[in-house]
Amino acid sequence: MNVRVAGLLALIWVPLVAYVMFRPSLGGLGSYLLLPAIPAVILLYVTAVRRWRESWVAVLGVTLVCFWLLMAVSAPFLPLPDPNKPIAPYLAPGGIRNGVEFLLGSDMRGRDVLSRDLWGCQRVLVWGVTATAVAYAVGGGFGLIGGYLGGWWDEIVSFAGNVLLSFPVMVLFILVLNLFGQSGFNIIIAVTCSSAPVIMRIVRGLALDAKSRDYILAAQTRGEHPLWIMLVEMLPNVRAPIIVDACLRLGYTTVAITTLTFLGLGLQPPDPDWGLMIKEAATAAMLWKYSYMLIVPALSVSSLILGFNLIADGLREMSLRD
Amino acid sequence: MSQSAHPAAKDAPILECRNLSISYFGRAGAVPAVVDFNLTLERGEAHGLVGESGCGKSTVALAVMRHLGRAGRIVGGRIWYQGRDLLAASEEELRRIRGAEIAMIYQEPMSSLNPSTRVGDQLMEVLTCHEGARRRDALIRSSAMLERVRMPDAGRIMRSYPHQLSGGQQQRIVIAMALLSNPQLLLLDEPTTALDVTVEAGIVDLIRDISAEFGTSMLYISHNLGLVRETCDRITVMYSGEAVETGSVASVFSGARHPYTQGLFASIPVPGADKNRRPLMAIPGQLPSPRERPPGCFFGPRCVHFVAGRCDSASVAMKDLDATNTHASRCLRVDEISWDAPLAAGIERAAVNLGEVVLQVRDLSKRYGPVTANDGVTFDARRGETVAIVGESGCGKSTFARILMGLIPAGGGSIEFEHLELSRLAVTRRDRNTLRSLQMIFQNPSETLNPSRTVGAQIARVLRKLGPQRDESAIRERMYELLDLVKLPREFALRRPRQLSGGQKQRVGIARAFAGNPSLVVADEPVSALDVSVQAAVTELLIDIQRREGTTLLFISHDLSVVRYLADRVVVMYLGSVMEQGRMEEVFAPPYHPYTEALLAAVPLVDRRYTKRPVLLAGDIPSASNPPPGCRFSTRCAYRIAGTCDVRPPPVQEFAPNHRIACHLTRERLAAMQPVFQEVIL
Repeated sequence: MNVRVAGLLALIWVPLVAYVMFRPSLGGLGSYLLLPAIPAVILLYVTAVRRWRESWVAVLGVTLVCFWLLMAVSAPFLPLPDPNKPIAPYLAPGGIRNGVEFLLGSDMRGRDVLSRDLWGCQRVLVWGVTATAVAYAVGGGFGLIGGYLGGWWDEIVSFAGNVLLSFPVMVLFILVLNLFGQSGFNIIIAVTCSSAPVIMRIVRGLALDAKSRDYILAAQTRGEHPLWIMLVEMLPNVRAPIIVDACLRLGYTTVAITTLTFLGLGLQPPDPDWGLMIKEAATAAMLWKYSYMLIVPALSVSSLILGFNLIADGLREMSLRD
Repeated sequence: MSQSAHPAAKDAPILECRNLSISYFGRAGAVPAVVDFNLTLERGEAHGLVGESGCGKSTVALAVMRHLGRAGRIVGGRIWYQGRDLLAASEEELRRIRGAEIAMIYQEPMSSLNPSTRVGDQLMEVLTCHEGARRRDALIRSSAMLERVRMPDAGRIMRSYPHQLSGGQQQRIVIAMALLSNPQLLLLDEPTTALDVTVEAGIVDLIRDISAEFGTSMLYISHNLGLVRETCDRITVMYSGEAVETGSVASVFSGARHPYTQGLFASIPVPGADKNRRPLMAIPGQLPSPRERPPGCFFGPRCVHFVAGRCDSASVAMKDLDATNTHASRCLRVDEISWDAPLAAGIERAAVNLGEVVLQVRDLSKRYGPVTANDGVTFDARRGETVAIVGESGCGKSTFARILMGLIPAGGGSIEFEHLELSRLAVTRRDRNTLRSLQMIFQNPSETLNPSRTVGAQIARVLRKLGPQRDESAIRERMYELLDLVKLPREFALRRPRQLSGGQKQRVGIARAFAGNPSLVVADEPVSALDVSVQAAVTELLIDIQRREGTTLLFISHDLSVVRYLADRVVVMYLGSVMEQGRMEEVFAPPYHPYTEALLAAVPLVDRRYTKRPVLLAGDIPSASNPPPGCRFSTRCAYRIAGTCDVRPPPVQEFAPNHRIACHLTRERLAAMQPVFQEVIL
């Protein structure tokens, strides 16, 4: 079961990341990479709903997230106008121009809002999830080291974490993005710098608790390597709270990335992403008539974050039940 | 059935349960926890409710308190409290009854006390809140109550916070709190299980006097038959949700009339039990889960008297055994079985020949800041020998195990194991052979195995690390052999720990420890978390394997009856120091160290063929961070010589080769001690 979920996630994730990060060098064939991911998303959804059917909260959450995931992998195949091509500015939702229907209207430069919204979710998902995963690898690793090895290791790791945590998050983001330049990869660095210390503290606490368990002592008395103890004996047994926290943190990271692009940091135009769309529409949307340009991406980002949070809630509820 | 109407409250029993059935409702439907339970508790009587975990004994108490929670529901039967129907009582009435008339005492005293409020305020609140007493009166009455639960220095206690008191003191406070409202009925749910044996003995003594002194009726829930024998007038034995036998303590303990009760008695080590001549008889099989109860008699599949077609046909009713309705049994064949026939004895074993000394501990000490965990620990262990380290919490027995395993370094002294100095050799620096020869069995079944890996994978991992086998098929084969060795079916290899019972997990823990053919195994309280009938099976298994492999066993325990049963040598520790050591027969017979004497007397006795001389210790175990000067035991010792014992550490006196007692008493005084147990000629 778990192998299957992991396989499906890999089937979705690897092509999606490759597509978003290396699209220019892949050329026109790039979109075919995403074809097998479409059934994978559907299978993943069915698996998740089956497993979590006791919790309607989790089912609702996974529905929202999988909807956006499906949009992300199928965006190149949907009959949508090019998200970056100006056609006709300020068209109200439902308007038709040159035989193209603008379901959600067009923005001030004449680009299709629906198309930009769906393509935008691709970037938010890829960078958000990747950044969270990297933050977990770094924070979780140091947390295990600090918690299990203790002593000087713990002192160093905890001190470094505290130093990073003492920066206001926005200052940290701006600092990192100005130091290393504005790009998706540097967003990963920025998110890692702000999230990893918190993750480190959580994992460190869990590791401290797990460390005194008899099965850890048993592993020590048969001479296991610390790396084996941390990764094989500890990590799987502290995974439940970590997964719940990871879902919440995916939501935070999505907010952070959207905020960064809204501020003009990080991901650069012209490729669409929700923060950028909100930023661009901010002036136009002062007129009620054009507020759809703002409402569409804002609702999108909210629904994705809500999805992550609901999954976290549902998982916690289910883990408490038995 | 005179109680079906509401009789006059005067002559009604304090508590009566009639045909009580309780179920828990979960996602998977109803789980019957208690089935057809009957109980009559007369005024001033103490009734013991005995059974293993999951038998429904606590559920009965919760039902009486009407505290079952949302999942539990009473699905049948009635409960009367002094003639009042508790099931029909309103929430308001219940609140009044719970506060003023029925009080409950739980296993963990700390969970009943508010950690952020002074003890005195909590005691006084009972009076000011329930009776509207004035603070002045409440203060006087609370202090008086502390004296009555035998807590000296009431003024200081009243000003303390719960965490500043020891476990025994906390439980006395909880009892005092319960008694302050002068309840008619006291429900005690394993009130001493979390306490050390010598502290337990004091609380049990107090509980025994409560009904006499306060006229309170008691329902005493315990897994310990001996405790019930010492505190109660009547007893009900429960098995898998049913009462299987009920009667007066005297009649049940002198003649059990249900195979389960009899099996329980046979699985408890009594003073005469001996691992070689009179091995324990474990009850075969294990407690069925409430969903998998067999048809007919629930005990049927584990019963030696089982008759197919009869015992498994229809549910068995309780049957009165005498005209006065005092002794009843839920056994269909109660009139056919000859109850006094001796039980099939376990198979006798030949005594082990002890080999050369493999472990030499000399003057070992360890301090954690102000805490002296080990101080001058010295003893030897021979090949094939079972050495028991006995003591209560804080005596340093687990610290010693950790030093030996290399998990923490020793402070001073030496440990020589197979000619290798181990006291400062951390486990990470030990070679494969040392790791292999020194393995450990852990106490807590719920954490001894990694919850996320299969049983087979965990045993195979030890073999890969420590075993001689190299190729995968040999490892697999050996893994299956180890499962056979601990009498678990081979298909358990694919199971995860949560699918196993506590006893099964301990068996896997034993298999894991013996996987690399160790020469010394440290067993840290390996059976103390298990039920009595399972304890016997696991203990027997451990002895068998140890004997077959010729392993030296270092058995760490607080339970003297188990130690007496299986140890060849005994080391008695108190607050980090060795008080007495010697061969088992020497330690368990006079001359005793005064602490050994008290430990022996603290064990509740089940077997009526023995009588016990009571020895009660004053107070609680002092904190290890502030041990008394001189003899560590001097603060509680009945024989203390003022000016000597609390000043100088005691000299070690040798009574027989290697039978050493650390005590200031003269040889003559020690030699004149009377045995704690006397065999009764029946």
